[in-house]
Amino acid sequence: MVDVAKKHGTRKRIDSKGYFDFSLLIIIIFLVCFGMIMLYSTVSYTAQIQNITTTSYLRNQIWATVLGFFCMFLFAKMDYHFLKKVAVLAYIGSLALIVLVLTPLGITRNGATRWIGVGSFLTFQPAEVVKVGVIIFAAHVMDIFSRKKKAEILSLIALAFAIIPAIMLWKITDNLSSAIIVAGIAVIIIFVSTKAYKVFIAAGIAVAAVVAFVIIKLDWLLSVVASFRFERIQAWLSPEEFAQGTGYQTLQSLYAIGSGSFFGKGLGNSVQKLNFLPEPQNDMIFAIICEELGLFGAICVILMFLFMIWRFMVIANNAPDMFGALLVTGIMAHIAIQVILNIAVVTNTIPNTGITLPFISYGGTSVVFLLAEMGIALGVSRQIKVYR
Amino acid sequence: MDLQITRNRKKIVIFFAFALVACIGLCIRVGYLMIFRAEYYSELARQQQERERSIKAARGMIVDVNGNVLATNKTVCTISVIHNQIEDEEAVIEMLVSELELDEETVRKKVTKVTAMEKIKSNVDKETGDRIREYDLQGVKVDEDYKRYYPYNELASKVIGFTGSDNQGIIGLEVKYDSFLKGIDGKILTLTDARGIELEEASETRIDSVPGNNLRISLDLNIQMYAQQLAEKVMQQKQANRVSIVVMNPQNGELMAMVNVPEFDLNNPYTLNYVVEGSLDTEAKQELLNRMWRNESINDTYEPGSTFKVITMAAGLEEGVVSLTDSFSCPGYRTVEDRIIRCHKIAGHGGETFLEGAKVSCNPVFIDVGQRLGIDRYYSYFEQFGLLSKTGIDLPGEAGTIMHKKENMGLVELATVSFGQSFQITPIQLLTTISSLINGGTRITPHFAVDVTDANGELIKTFEYEASKEEVVSEETSETVRYILEQVVESGSGKNAYIAGYHIGGKTATSEKLPRSLNKYISSFVGFAPADNPQVIAIVIIDEPEGVYYGGTIAAPVIKELYDNILPYLGIEPDYTETEQKNLIPTVSMPDCSGLSKTEVNKLFNEYAFEVKYIGEGEIVTDQFPLAGEEVTEDSVVILYLE
Repeated sequence: MVDVAKKHGTRKRIDSKGYFDFSLLIIIIFLVCFGMIMLYSTVSYTAQIQNITTTSYLRNQIWATVLGFFCMFLFAKMDYHFLKKVAVLAYIGSLALIVLVLTPLGITRNGATRWIGVGSFLTFQPAEVVKVGVIIFAAHVMDIFSRKKKAEILSLIALAFAIIPAIMLWKITDNLSSAIIVAGIAVIIIFVSTKAYKVFIAAGIAVAAVVAFVIIKLDWLLSVVASFRFERIQAWLSPEEFAQGTGYQTLQSLYAIGSGSFFGKGLGNSVQKLNFLPEPQNDMIFAIICEELGLFGAICVILMFLFMIWRFMVIANNAPDMFGALLVTGIMAHIAIQVILNIAVVTNTIPNTGITLPFISYGGTSVVFLLAEMGIALGVSRQIKVYR
Repeated sequence: MDLQITRNRKKIVIFFAFALVACIGLCIRVGYLMIFRAEYYSELARQQQERERSIKAARGMIVDVNGNVLATNKTVCTISVIHNQIEDEEAVIEMLVSELELDEETVRKKVTKVTAMEKIKSNVDKETGDRIREYDLQGVKVDEDYKRYYPYNELASKVIGFTGSDNQGIIGLEVKYDSFLKGIDGKILTLTDARGIELEEASETRIDSVPGNNLRISLDLNIQMYAQQLAEKVMQQKQANRVSIVVMNPQNGELMAMVNVPEFDLNNPYTLNYVVEGSLDTEAKQELLNRMWRNESINDTYEPGSTFKVITMAAGLEEGVVSLTDSFSCPGYRTVEDRIIRCHKIAGHGGETFLEGAKVSCNPVFIDVGQRLGIDRYYSYFEQFGLLSKTGIDLPGEAGTIMHKKENMGLVELATVSFGQSFQITPIQLLTTISSLINGGTRITPHFAVDVTDANGELIKTFEYEASKEEVVSEETSETVRYILEQVVESGSGKNAYIAGYHIGGKTATSEKLPRSLNKYISSFVGFAPADNPQVIAIVIIDEPEGVYYGGTIAAPVIKELYDNILPYLGIEPDYTETEQKNLIPTVSMPDCSGLSKTEVNKLFNEYAFEVKYIGEGEIVTDQFPLAGEEVTEDSVVILYLE
């Protein structure tokens, strides 16, 4: 199998000489730069009241970005088939990193132990690594399994393997949102690599039915189950009633969005970022974009991500082999799920769960591994066979 | 292989389609929030982000008829400390102790207390506030505020009234004309961050305050001051409970003075004007304060007694049931039905004309006039003269008349009402009614407010007052009443109010308070001048005088003394009869004393026969009454105001 891939790779590398997805590269650079500007606008005040220089958040982010671009360059240059060799290692390494937060290396912030590291710098979130790990692992496994006779059963096994880190992320690091993303990536890769439709449609209907049931029967559920589990859902349905508690962040986000109007208050002029909206540089940065750049800016950002997702689709569809296609599909799934869920949370379309906006939200680990993923996608694009 | 790739491609496109739909959905969602919900959320956001500070509007002034300021605003300061901004605690404590004259322990406690902001003292005058500001100590905050200030303290306290902590009128003109005086508070809206700190670069919306309008009233500071001194003097001399003096223009109802002593200090309205023994609970104290604030001239009723005979007289003359020369006989009492009603002169006045009976205030004469009119006609005059309704004076809380119901009125009641007993009216009602009977029959509305000007002096409103369209009595009757009342002062029971040359008309009264067994009296006098064309009318009421209590003896001289001074001041020229001319006391021109010291005054007044009285403390004369250059009798009382 490895030989085949290598052989294919060798052949296609020659054929595709000269192709490179510059559109994707440009959109990556654009989003990273845009993210920097928004980040600076958003955190300068927060930095001020924390008595640190206004650029200190930005400086961290720039270092992470530089490292990220370096990784991106490496992966773009490298033959992506190398990843097949390290796929199992990446998977096991991911699991190990999750377990590592339970050791003294684990760092607790805001009541959740999601980071590992030494001291207060060089910390990172295993969740970001797990996402890449699962993409590589699932792509590798499904590349093999989809060709086997009992592909359906094997797919289930693959799903089970992919779900393990998701459950660990949820249970060990109390990070449901990352678990959802990891599971989502795995499901999409498996969906793309198999023949099955019905089972996915059935699963989709089942999930929709459960969601509908929870929303409609919320009052009844509240009377049966301890109420705090459903408070997030209640806060989602009527944030005003939970304005001082669970609904506070959501409501403040809506205030920010609502005060943006068509062209916004102008870059840097958000009032909601002044401590009204807690930690605006993280999950809620899209609300500040809405407030400062208005509906116009907000839709531009969504279209930019859509364009990026479209480029992934183009690369995946033209990938030289199944593994390459599935890798880019995983990356595409990652970006798509995270962007859609983040904006859905910020606009209170779904209940609040902590999901960051790729490239724009503050977070060093996130940007390093996102850029690494971009490198992988660009690496795949380099081997696209161009018919002349 | 190819087949599989194709299948994969299809599924990737399906996934992209889902993502596309989701993104479009999110765009719609964002659009909905930012267009249709924008107003709702941005309003909520604004409410949360904006802080409103109010700018207190300056309350309008109240000035007397000549523009003297009776009520204005004074800038006062509130001193507070902000604990976490204090750098040198000891210096702050030391400064506050010395500047504010507080004891160190209290100050130390407040300064060291860990709170956001602690008020040290409010109502600190501006000079002290400025001095404290000059120390420039960190953490000490001086806030300026307006406080209502009454330059003349007690003067006309029950008329002017005072304001509460929210700048709203509590009693008197301050509450009656609150809507003109109060102005509109301004606002400063500033954006703040979540910690409430104002954003420097954010524009603030400022809505300026609109200062209140100034109210000019007909009260004359000089007349009010002089009347107050007279009232205080007679209250002290006669050990009376209260003395009220009201001075009015009987032609149009403009009130020139309204004194109700004891007055209270408008700058300290919550301090009783007498010493109370023992401690008071809040409720009891409020009760006493309410009583202290009462304007007895309009809030309280009394039995008017003989001054009310003017009404009976006017009704009888108007109806033609009596004339000046009608003969009456007084045996010292009158029997009405089964009741014997006595005259104040037990021996009786014997045979007398109506004019003679009026001059001596003979009860049987007026009982007879009342009986001639009968209950129906008497009652209808009572109503026609406006006695059943309120006068409509522009002060709050005017009391109504307490009168028999017509169907309960018998001849005995009619008899007592005829000479002013068995019912109650307010002093202002009596004064207003008599005014309308002597001014030619026009019922007037007593009032203070003249006009309202805004802060720039622009005229906003001139007050107009109702005068009855139909005359309540004819001019002929009015003239006869004036003649009778002038005779009362010239050679009747009111002769103590006589001033040569001024043709004063008037009527005395001595009413016995209820219950009669207590032998407490209210002594009063109503007088007007000049009798042929009244320009001024005044009433004095002395409540429970000790010793001699006859109105003619103790109340009439008060009016005489008042008129002696205010008639020249009002520019009413004396018009002497031939006999008066012969007995005239020589007049002199009043010298100018302002700016002189006491010693210089003594030297100056060596040449005059004036009786000099000083008011206030100090050495330098700032004002005088009568004014310089006025023609006064050489035995006049001169009042000098010291700095």
